Amino acid sequence: MNSPLMTKRINRVVAGVPALLFLLAVLLPSPKPAKAIPAFARKYGLPCSACHVGWPELNNFGQVFRDNGYQMMNERDSPITRDPSYFPATIRITPQWHRESANNQPVNNSTSESEDHTGTLTTAGFDLSGLDMWFAGTLYKNISFSVLPSSDSFANFHFENAFVRFDNLFNSSWLNVKVGKFELDLPVSEKRLLTLSGDGGFYYIYHFSPFGDQNPFGGIGDNQLGVELVGHNANSYTRYAVSVLSSNDGGVGLLYGVPPSPSEAGNPSGRTYDVYGHFEQGFNTIGNGFMKVGAYGYFGYAPTFFETSGGNPIYGKGNEPFYRAGAEWKWYFNKFLVKGVYLHGYDNAFLANGIPSNSGSLKGTGNQAAIWNGGFIEGQYVISPQWIMIGRWETVHMAQQINTETPGNLGNLNAITYANRWYPFMFSRAGLALQQEVSWVRSNGVTNQGGAYGSLCGDAGLSPTCKINSYSIMLGFDFDF
Amino acid sequence: MALSKKITRSLMLGAFGVALAIPGVAVAQDAGAHAAGLTGNAETGKQYYRRWCVGCHGKEGNGEGENAPYLDPKPRDFTEALFRWRSTPTGTLPTDQDLYDTITRGVVDTLMPTWRPLTPQTRVDLIAYIKTFSPKWQTQKAGTPITIPPEPPQTIDSVLHGRQLFDQMQCWKCHGPEGRGDGPSAITLTDDKGEPIRPYNFHDGTRFRCGETNQDLYKIFMTGLDGTPMPSFADSLKPQDAWDLVHFLRTLQPNVPSTSRTVWLDYVKTHQGQIKPMGADAQGQ
Repeated sequence: MNSPLMTKRINRVVAGVPALLFLLAVLLPSPKPAKAIPAFARKYGLPCSACHVGWPELNNFGQVFRDNGYQMMNERDSPITRDPSYFPATIRITPQWHRESANNQPVNNSTSESEDHTGTLTTAGFDLSGLDMWFAGTLYKNISFSVLPSSDSFANFHFENAFVRFDNLFNSSWLNVKVGKFELDLPVSEKRLLTLSGDGGFYYIYHFSPFGDQNPFGGIGDNQLGVELVGHNANSYTRYAVSVLSSNDGGVGLLYGVPPSPSEAGNPSGRTYDVYGHFEQGFNTIGNGFMKVGAYGYFGYAPTFFETSGGNPIYGKGNEPFYRAGAEWKWYFNKFLVKGVYLHGYDNAFLANGIPSNSGSLKGTGNQAAIWNGGFIEGQYVISPQWIMIGRWETVHMAQQINTETPGNLGNLNAITYANRWYPFMFSRAGLALQQEVSWVRSNGVTNQGGAYGSLCGDAGLSPTCKINSYSIMLGFDFDF
Repeated sequence: MALSKKITRSLMLGAFGVALAIPGVAVAQDAGAHAAGLTGNAETGKQYYRRWCVGCHGKEGNGEGENAPYLDPKPRDFTEALFRWRSTPTGTLPTDQDLYDTITRGVVDTLMPTWRPLTPQTRVDLIAYIKTFSPKWQTQKAGTPITIPPEPPQTIDSVLHGRQLFDQMQCWKCHGPEGRGDGPSAITLTDDKGEPIRPYNFHDGTRFRCGETNQDLYKIFMTGLDGTPMPSFADSLKPQDAWDLVHFLRTLQPNVPSTSRTVWLDYVKTHQGQIKPMGADAQGQ
């Protein structure tokens, strides 16, 4: 669309943006403390860095605080001990410039849409992230809560989480119960990810779905509705979590066909419950560090057809199983953090192929269960509490496609993300991070971002030899207040 | 692709520039630290201090961090090297282990949390850095920890003698006759910085700021809480008397089950009319 000259000019301007951001960051005077502050830092007077490696990612001190039900356990946790004007609210949004580009995409000829060809699609410009409005804290000693209405960048809101938690039951840190919608106790929290770009702002393995797979489950990265029993020792080196969840992928409302928000549209209401479990054990290591190892598993059911009334689907039937399971390894030593997570995924053949389970045998159809493996290794270098560099490599490989006719490596992907995150100030009143990030993902024959497999590789059809390279570049100001 | 390369190069240069812009400051007066079988490093501890402690204790360690105006009680001023919770005699520096225990335990009913989630090495490194804030650590040695004799049985005689001591030594003037921290002098008390300070409320409290065991309570009498009006009674109390006082004070804590409280409540049932009141009422004050 653009002339070469115009493209050259734009490229020159864009390439200068990081330098401009850097100059601004260096030249701007030290900010003065704001009058309103993020929820917990304001309550306890601690700098962001006390609980976060770099917010929002928790360090072990923050993990213990969270495990204790947002309590320091110092007889100063109940709201009755706080100034009456204290209100536990935080907002977070990221104004940004970003560029998204993917090659081998189907492109319509500008003069005739019938003449398609394969090309590279690139968009760039200033944009907004979604908005988080987070309220969290204690209702009383050992009773905590969280409510997080969250929007996409078009301000379409949904409940990202909403729960009440009963902490330290029978005076034991091993017994805590949470009820509502919440993030699963994952090996590495995706909601607290330090990378934010279009290709790097999530963990692929938490949302991966094989090409053609009809399982409505959005992945363990989605917040779920249910009840969680969680426990930990004094320093949270030993932790466990067991959740019983509605088979609804976190969608509220119990009737199929009346989704409460666009983001949850199409989730069938199951009448079964899923189970998730996670255990991790930490120990001190050389280099003044500590290591954690653990295992996790999500075992669920999803419907393959629906009971109807007046022709309208009401609830799911013919439930078939699926699971996600894996292991984790995290090592925190001096200024380095390394994390590795492995995931093995399985979707039942009826479920994966969207075939009602009462329709008979699958023999001779070529349809089969979907099986895949994936994982990521993420490294962080904490230069100071105010400056972190993050790098991650992630991969997903199909072990068995949903049909024998499907090419074996279709949908396999590799993703690499690098981010530089700098906090120009660090205190207990507000947070601002300057984010510079690049991400690259290469998929075989079909894109797969955030779980939804997307466009096929140009006009090549199901061709795993056709590689789709997708790039994200992001420069943003991530702030909370 | 060309654009991506350009921007990536720009990002790298930007990151390198920021690295150069952050000044490094050397740590002076490193007196080291030895606790929990580990040796602390002040230079490393400085990084941890900046992450976890600076908000309250301040960059200079003077207790004037950005949050200090909003805190009650105020954060410790490390430049004075005056510490309340020690195992050493009054007027002496605490041991590194004392500081380690305080960091590990936190200070109940204040905004100083337990730092148990930090690795032991991190805590010892923090101590090494905290000790750089006062020259006292260079010129003085830590005191010798007091000896705590074995605790005698918690009998009614011990409790009654402790009660007698509580009355005679006028502990009630600050702590109140029922141990609620509401004695006649309570409202006048200040710490070494002139900040109002409240006597411990035994009735509501379950943990002490220096711990929660009988040994911790014993230690308070015998070392005093430097920087507060709570003196050391090491010169006026014999070890047996101190233990009796400990046993009596446990009877004032309805929320802490103890043998002392049980034997006291049994005694009260059978000696209702014989128990003399304590405090100003008893002494006509």
